Amino acid sequence: MSENLDDFRAEVRAWLAANCPDEMRKPANEEGDICWGGRNWVFKNDAQRDWLHACAAKGYTVPDWPKAYGGAGLSAQQTKVFRSEMARIGARAPLSSFGIWMLGPALLHFGTEEQKLHYLPPIARGEIRWCQGYSEPGSGSDLVSLQSFGEDKGDHWQVNGSKIWTSYADKADWIFALIRTDKANKYQGITFMLFDMASPGVSTKPILLISGNSPFCETFFDNVAVPKTQFIGEVNRGWDVAKYLLGHEREMISGGGAGGDMVSIGALYAQVIGKNAAGELDDPVLRAEMAAFDTDVFAFRAMGERFMDMWKTGRAHPASSNMMKYAGTELNKRRHELVMSGAGSAGLEWDSAESRGGSKPRGWLRTKANSIEGGTSEVMLNVIAKRILDLPGA
Amino acid sequence: MPLYHNDEQAMLRDSAAPFIADAAPVSHLRSLRDSGDATGFSRDLWKQFAEMGFAGILVGEEYGGMGLGHAEAGIVLEEIGRNLTPSPFLSTSVAAVSALKAAGGAQAAQWLPRVATGDAIIAIAIDEKPRHGPEGSALAATRAGNGFKLNGQKCFVLSGHVADMLLVLARTGGSAGDKDGLTLFAVPQGAAGLNADPRRLVDASLAAHMRFDDVTVDADAVVGEVDAGWDAVKPLLAAARTGAAAEMVGVGQGAMDLTMDYLKQRKQFGRLIGEFQALQHRAAHLYSEMEIARASVMKAQQLLDEGDSGAELMVSVAKAKAGRATNLAVREGVQMHGGIGMTDEYDIGLYMKRDRALAEYMGDVHYHIDRVARLNGY
Ligand SMILES: Cc1cc2nc3c(=O)[nH]c(=O)nc-3n(C[C@H](O)[C@H](O)[C@H](O)COP(=O)(O)OP(=O)(O)OC[C@H]3O[C@@H](n4cnc5c(N)ncnc54)[C@H](O)[C@@H]3O)c2cc1C
Ligand SMILES: Cc1cc2nc3c(=O)[nH]c(=O)nc-3n(C[C@H](O)[C@H](O)[C@H](O)COP(=O)(O)OP(=O)(O)OC[C@H]3O[C@@H](n4cnc5c(N)ncnc54)[C@H](O)[C@@H]3O)c2cc1C
Repeated sequence: MSENLDDFRAEVRAWLAANCPDEMRKPANEEGDICWGGRNWVFKNDAQRDWLHACAAKGYTVPDWPKAYGGAGLSAQQTKVFRSEMARIGARAPLSSFGIWMLGPALLHFGTEEQKLHYLPPIARGEIRWCQGYSEPGSGSDLVSLQSFGEDKGDHWQVNGSKIWTSYADKADWIFALIRTDKANKYQGITFMLFDMASPGVSTKPILLISGNSPFCETFFDNVAVPKTQFIGEVNRGWDVAKYLLGHEREMISGGGAGGDMVSIGALYAQVIGKNAAGELDDPVLRAEMAAFDTDVFAFRAMGERFMDMWKTGRAHPASSNMMKYAGTELNKRRHELVMSGAGSAGLEWDSAESRGGSKPRGWLRTKANSIEGGTSEVMLNVIAKRILDLPGA
Repeated sequence: MPLYHNDEQAMLRDSAAPFIADAAPVSHLRSLRDSGDATGFSRDLWKQFAEMGFAGILVGEEYGGMGLGHAEAGIVLEEIGRNLTPSPFLSTSVAAVSALKAAGGAQAAQWLPRVATGDAIIAIAIDEKPRHGPEGSALAATRAGNGFKLNGQKCFVLSGHVADMLLVLARTGGSAGDKDGLTLFAVPQGAAGLNADPRRLVDASLAAHMRFDDVTVDADAVVGEVDAGWDAVKPLLAAARTGAAAEMVGVGQGAMDLTMDYLKQRKQFGRLIGEFQALQHRAAHLYSEMEIARASVMKAQQLLDEGDSGAELMVSVAKAKAGRATNLAVREGVQMHGGIGMTDEYDIGLYMKRDRALAEYMGDVHYHIDRVARLNGY
């Protein structure tokens, strides 16, 4: 086994050397550096396009999906090797998408063979970009109270209602949405529907965030006709799919805690702030805070590794992604508070060229959503208390 | 290597956990403490540890040991921690064995087989001040005849008064603070001029202040090379710190288990106190910290076993993270028990005391967070 893994590592290394363009080995600096794909995607440069196409052809946008659905069919340990080789050269993800992180795993688990063959390959190739229609104005943490309704019209549902906080709804091609199909049954009255955002009756309205950016929208459904073939799982049992998928969403959001290519925040800011004669970051209190933070990050990376090893082999507690999400997002928020401290007043510049359009303050503000989106920290703690610690009445 | 226990490790845990829980539960610590025991642990129990193979878990098979790694030693340590078992396992079987294995030579050949059979207890005498800092060693070793003469003192040496041998870090060159010029000696108990003053610590363990007045040893008492004692102390420190972190995870887990049980039993305001969200959120946060601490300790063990160059950093991360998480576990434990948590009758306070002792051992949280900064160049 380990010998096979060594061979595999060599193979991946050679493939990456030949196929990963130099530009794709540098950290992503701005929104456009992250490739989301989709019908209307405009590649930032040739390197971004070539890298996506090379990976898609090998199945490396979704390395652990089966080959028939656009993946490379890698085992858990091979996937780990693949990711470590990507990280070793600092390769960017060729494709980021809700299709990969959220819908794909739900389809793999609940979809029919026909649905998998139909929906998964375009996700893997970055051809169709998906958005997630869960939250509603009156239904956030208490998601199951959602009201958007699909009336049975024989061969289709007629959907009316509205969603809110729908990330990239204005840029997405399709939506996976939770729609009530039985008003009398709270948990078993929701269907997990899939439909084209170009369907008549769908409209979106962007919302401006505190970061000054507008990545999410209000989404309105006005007599949208959804064919009764376009749902996952069973009719009225969409809550099961939603819960399963939230597990993947939480796992994905938790990844921010590891800090990407920022190895050590203290090492980084020692360069910015300077060092004293003893070679220490020249602000003893900030140094101490950064060192405590780095310690937590290195520990959390080990946790991420252990979680993935256990998750992929069915050893993890099914609710443990809630713990990962809680810990990872709280860590990422702490990181950005320290980034702002380390940067000093320069971290306040909002739109100058030197500040790359205010990337620090905007990034800092964006991280505040980490512990809200995909289920708030308080909700994560509730789930841990109830499902893992088995505390009463939770 | 995946970061979970493989089948053999799971088997080891399945034999260590019931054995230790049965032979040395918390009541065992209480009875030693209450009888005013002067040894600090039970020699009978240590014999049983040897029969189970635990005493020689890190000792190579050529010396009669199990030839296993830090991951496996950590499994035993976690159970020791969970049961607050007084045991010379960490200093003898983990710390001392790691130094002897790294140094090899006559001392390794002499002591490793005896550790494996449970016939030798070894104490670690490397600190001279109440706060950890072995490179600050000033205890002087001067050449005398074909050997050395040792003069000075060491403090808080666990089992120092009863160990069969002490690994003593002494200065043969350089000055206090230098890592060069240190030499590690194997000093047998009973050597003329060696005096022990054992003190009872908060967790009922015994640590001795050791005085060395013209203690004479042969040249072959040197473990490793003269002036290069640090080469043997480095693996000792890495093993002892990682081991202490593993034991702390056991202490934290034990404290947390007690507390979660209590939340499910105690009623106030007509409800189980575990129903109050104010406590649930803190319990869930604690769970998260304990899981992360455990992962960091397993990672450190794995890197040490693989001889990976990243091990040094991860060892300090593990010691610091386990220190923080376990400290939270025992503080929340006492608090959530209410008034009863303050009583000697309830075990939760014993967990708090053991955590405090382990936290100090081989560098506390602050020492290791500082070391994380240094290892990252700031
Ligand atoms: C950047 C961003 C992107 C998002 N993207 C999407 C998306 O693509 N699709 C989508 O459907 N949704 C999306 N969301 C919505 C997100 O899922 C919701 O914001 C989230 O579920 C919280 O709901 P809410 O905003 O209504 O807050 P509320 O539920 O009103 O919560 C308000 C506060 O009360 C606390 N609270 C609520 N219930 C409890 C409880 N039982 N115990 C203790 N505390 C409680 C919360 O923790 C929070 O602090 C996004 C949100 C953000 C910020
Ligand atoms: C050293 C000491 C001296 C004392 N001296 C005296 C004295 O002289 N006279 C006297 O009458 N009493 C005395 N007490 C008792 C003291 O007042 C009680 O211990 C205290 O009121 C807590 O009650 P409890 O111990 O029953 O804990 P519990 O009420 O059982 O509490 C256990 C845990 O549950 C938590 N909890 C309980 N209810 C809630 C809730 N609604 N929401 C969230 N969390 C909750 C508590 O905060 C605690 O963490 C003393 C206690 C101590 C430790």
